[in-house]
Amino acid sequence: MARYRTSVGIEVHAELSTRSKMFCRCPVEFGGEPNSRVCPVCLGLPGALPVPNRSAVDLAVRAALALDCTIARESVFHRKSYFYPDLPKGYQTTQFGETNPIGYGGGMEIEADEGGVKRIRIRRVHLEEDTGKLIHGIEGGTGIDYNRAGVPLLEIVTDFPPDITSATEARRYVQKLRDLLVWIGVTHGKMEQGGLRCEPNVSIRPEGNDSLGTKTELKNLNSTRSLQVGIEFEVARQARLLESGRPVVQETRGWDEQTESSYAMRAKEDEDDYRYFVCPDLSPMQFDDAYLEHVRATLPKLPDTVRERFVNEYGLAERDADRMIADRAWAVWFDACVALSGSPKAVLNWMISDFAKLLNESGQAVPGGEGEPTLVTPEHLVELTRLIADEKLGGKAAKSVFAETFRTGEPPGEVVTRLGLAQVSDPEEIASLVQAILGENRPLVEEFRAGKSQVLGFLVGLAMQRTNGRVHASLFQEELLRRLTED
Amino acid sequence: MPGWATASELAGRLRSRELGCVELTRETLNRIEEDPGGLGAFLSSDRGEALRAAEEAQRMLDAGTAGPLTGVPLAVKDNICVAEGVTTAGSRLLENFVSPYDATVIEKCREAGMVIVGKTNLDEFGMGSSNENSAFGPVRNPWNPALTAGGSSGGSAAAVAAGIVPLSLGSDTGGSIRFPAALCGIVGFKPTYGRVSRRGLVAFASSLDQIGPFARSVEDAALLAHTISGDDPREARMRTEAPISLGGLRDRPLSGLRLAWPQQLAGPEVQPSIRATFEVAISRLIEAGCTCEEVDLPMIRHGVSTYYIIAPSEASSNLARYDGIRFGRQVEGTDHVATVAKTRGALLGHEVKLRIIAGTYALSAGYHDAYFAKAQRVRQRMTLEMDEVLAQYDLIVSPTSPVVAFPIGSAEMDHLTLKQLDLCTIPANLGGYPSLSLPCGLAEGLPVGLGLTAQRGMDESLLAAAWSMEQELGSVMPPSDAGGVR
Repeated sequence: MARYRTSVGIEVHAELSTRSKMFCRCPVEFGGEPNSRVCPVCLGLPGALPVPNRSAVDLAVRAALALDCTIARESVFHRKSYFYPDLPKGYQTTQFGETNPIGYGGGMEIEADEGGVKRIRIRRVHLEEDTGKLIHGIEGGTGIDYNRAGVPLLEIVTDFPPDITSATEARRYVQKLRDLLVWIGVTHGKMEQGGLRCEPNVSIRPEGNDSLGTKTELKNLNSTRSLQVGIEFEVARQARLLESGRPVVQETRGWDEQTESSYAMRAKEDEDDYRYFVCPDLSPMQFDDAYLEHVRATLPKLPDTVRERFVNEYGLAERDADRMIADRAWAVWFDACVALSGSPKAVLNWMISDFAKLLNESGQAVPGGEGEPTLVTPEHLVELTRLIADEKLGGKAAKSVFAETFRTGEPPGEVVTRLGLAQVSDPEEIASLVQAILGENRPLVEEFRAGKSQVLGFLVGLAMQRTNGRVHASLFQEELLRRLTED
Repeated sequence: MPGWATASELAGRLRSRELGCVELTRETLNRIEEDPGGLGAFLSSDRGEALRAAEEAQRMLDAGTAGPLTGVPLAVKDNICVAEGVTTAGSRLLENFVSPYDATVIEKCREAGMVIVGKTNLDEFGMGSSNENSAFGPVRNPWNPALTAGGSSGGSAAAVAAGIVPLSLGSDTGGSIRFPAALCGIVGFKPTYGRVSRRGLVAFASSLDQIGPFARSVEDAALLAHTISGDDPREARMRTEAPISLGGLRDRPLSGLRLAWPQQLAGPEVQPSIRATFEVAISRLIEAGCTCEEVDLPMIRHGVSTYYIIAPSEASSNLARYDGIRFGRQVEGTDHVATVAKTRGALLGHEVKLRIIAGTYALSAGYHDAYFAKAQRVRQRMTLEMDEVLAQYDLIVSPTSPVVAFPIGSAEMDHLTLKQLDLCTIPANLGGYPSLSLPCGLAEGLPVGLGLTAQRGMDESLLAAAWSMEQELGSVMPPSDAGGVR
C-alpha cells in the first residue's frame, strides 16, 4: 500500500457570548421553548432592519487580535443568498472577500506531531449570523425553531494550502483554538450544544506528490474526539478508494456519531451561486488605531504567555502548567495565590486535588468560571498552606479544615481554633502522649522489643485516633522510638 | 367639507374648536368608503381604529398638548407597516399579512396625534410608474379617471389630489413619490437618504428607498417631513441628524437662488408641452430673481440603466424572504424549494418576477462584475458629477416627469417605455439627494411637476426654496367634475 500525506483545512464557527443577537435585541441562550426568542428582525418580517451588535463586533476584533490577524481598516457585511427553510431572510448576513473580514492573515501555534511547535496560518476571522434549526417529526412534519437565527457567529478559517497534516493535529488545533476563545471571553465554546462547530476538509495525496488531492468536507462533528475520528475515517476511506483505482469525489459528507462513519450529503457541483453583495442596510465598520488600542488593552495575557511564565517563574512542570491554564479563571486564581507569596507547588497540589474535587462535586467554580462562585479565597488557601508549612496543622486535619472552609467560607485559622484541630507538636505534650500510649499498651511494647517492628505504625495510629489526627506524626514517632529503644 | 383645505388650515381649525377631530375623521372615512370617481386609491381602512385615534387626538387638543398636525387625517402607502389591519405592499402574497409592529414613521405620526385613516394602493412592492402593477387594480387620476395617477405611490398621490385626505405617506425608490405627485398636481417630497427611518417600510431597494410626504402645499409637506424624520436607533443607515427643521421655511427669497438645468434632461425625452410649461415656470422664477443655467451632467444619461441593475439586484435579495413560511400566503409544494417556487409563481405579479430574475442575473457569479459592480461604479461617478454641480448651484431643476398623465392600459406604455419615464427622478435616489416635485402649471390641461434636487442633508433649504417658488407659481387643482372633491 502506498503511503499518503494528509491535508486538513478547518472552518470553525463559534457562537459569541453576547447577551443579544447579532442584529436585534433578542437574548442569546441555549434551549428553551421553540421560537420564544424571536422578533421581526430575526424572523425576517417585511420592513425589519438590522442594527449591528456593538459588543459582537468588539468580541470579533478581540478574537482576531488574539489570533495574530491583521485587522481590516474598513469591514463590510455581505448578503449570501440561498433558499433554506431555516434561513429567514433568504440570505445570511456574513462577510465576504479576502481583505474585508474583520481579521485576516493570522495564525496560531500548536504542538506538531513530529514534536516542536508549528504555526497554523489563519486566513480569515469574520462575523456572521447563525441560522434557525429544523426540528423533524413535529405533527408528522418539520418545524422550524428560529431561536438560534441571528445569534452572532465568529467564523475562523485556516489558510490554504493547509498546514494541518493529521487528524491529531486537527484535534489539537481545534482544542487550542477553543481554549483560547474561551480564555479571552469570546465564546463559551460548548461543542455539545453547538456553541462551537468545526467543519474540516480532508484530502490525501501519495507521498512525493506535490499537488493536493480532491477534498471532502465533513459536517456534524460535535466534539474534538469526533473531529479526530472523523478525519481518520475519511483518510482511510479516501485511501481505500485510491488503492482500488477509484477517484475521490468532491462532496460534503455528514458524520454519523452512532456508527462512527461518514455518509455523502451533497456533491460540490450542486453548490449554489451565493450572489454575494454588500448589505445595503448596514454601514461599513471602521476600525481606527485608537479603537484597536482600546481592544488590545482589554485583552488578557494569552494562555501561551501565561503557561511560559508558570514554567519559567514558578518552576511548574510543563504538564502542571498545562493543567493550570486550562481555564482562565483557574489560572488567575492560581496567580492570585502565588502573588500572596504562597508556594506555587503547595498551592498547585491543593488546587488540583481537594479543591478541584470539591468544586466538581458542588458544581461551584472560582470567580469568573462556570458555576456558582466558591467561598474559598486565595487568602484562605495560602493561609492553609502556611499552617501546614509551619507545622501548625497536620495533613489529615488540613483536609478537614479545607473542607470546612469550602463549606462555610470561614478562614482556615479560625476553623482550626473553633474545632481544636491545631497540630500537637509541643515536645512536652508529645512526651506525655507517648507516655500514655505506652502505659496502655504494654503487651505491644513487648512485641516490639521482641522484634515486631510493625507495632510502631499501629501505636502511631492509636495516637492519631486519640488526637483526632492532630498529633504531629513524625515528632510523635521520633519520641516513641526514643522511648522504646532507650530502656 | 374640508376638501382642498391644507393640513395646516385644518389643524388650525381643529385647535380653534371650529372643527372636531372625530367629525373630521368620520367625514374622511366616509369619503374613503364612497371612493368618489372610483379612484381605487385605498386598499383598506380601519374605521374603529381611526375613530379611537381621533378621540385621543381630541384629548390632546383639549389638553393643549397638540402639535401642528394633531388630529389631521393621514393616508399611508400600503408598503409601510401599521400594526392594525393588513400591510399588503400591493401583493397577493401579502394579502393577509398583519404586521406585529408599526413602522418608525407611523410611531412618530401617532405621537404627533395624527389620525391614520387608511392604507393606499401601490404598484406591487413599489415596482412601477403607473400603479398598474398593483395586484388590487390601478389608481385613477383625480384630474381624469381614464388616466393613471402615476406610481408607485399612486394611491397616496390620488388621495391627496382628490381631497380625500390632506396628507399621505409614500415611498420613493426611483421617483415613486415625485412622479405620481407630478401627474396628480400636488407636492411630493423625497428626503435625503437616511433622514427618515426606513424601519417598517417593506423593502424594495434598500440603498434607494426613502419614505416621504404628499401634500397640497410645501408647508404641509415640510410639516409631515418634520414629523417623520430624525434619528432612529433601530436603523443602521440613519444620518445622525436632527429632524428636518421647520425654522426658516419662509425665509429663503428667490432672489439669488442658483438653479442648474442638466441639458441631459432637456432633450427630446421630454414631451414638448411639458417642456413649454416647465420653461414658462423657470422664466417666472428668473423674473423673481433666480438664475438658471444649463449644465452638463453626462453620467445622468446612464441613470435609468444603472438604476435598473441596482434596484432589481437589491430587490431580488430583499424579496427572498417571501417564501410563504413565516407569514403571508403559501402554495404548498413537494419540498422547500418547490414551495417557494409555487408560492412566488402563483402570488407575485409579472413585473415583480421580471425584476427578481433581472436582479438575480445581475448578481450571479460571472455577471456580477459586468452588471452589478459596473452599475455601482457608474452610480459613484454620477454622484460625483452631481456633487460638483451642487457645489456651484443651489438646486438641480428639471421637469419631474417627461410626460403628463397617460391613459390606464395604454398600449404605448410597454414596460421599457414606462421605465424610461423615471429618467429625471432616478438620479436623486442614486445619489441619496433630497428631491421634491412642485406643481408648476398645466400642459394639455394636466398638471406638470417641477423637480428640485438639493445637496444631501440640505432638506431644509430645498423646502424653503420650494416654498418661495410655490408663492410665485401658485398651485393647481383638479376639476371637480373629474372625481376631485372640493
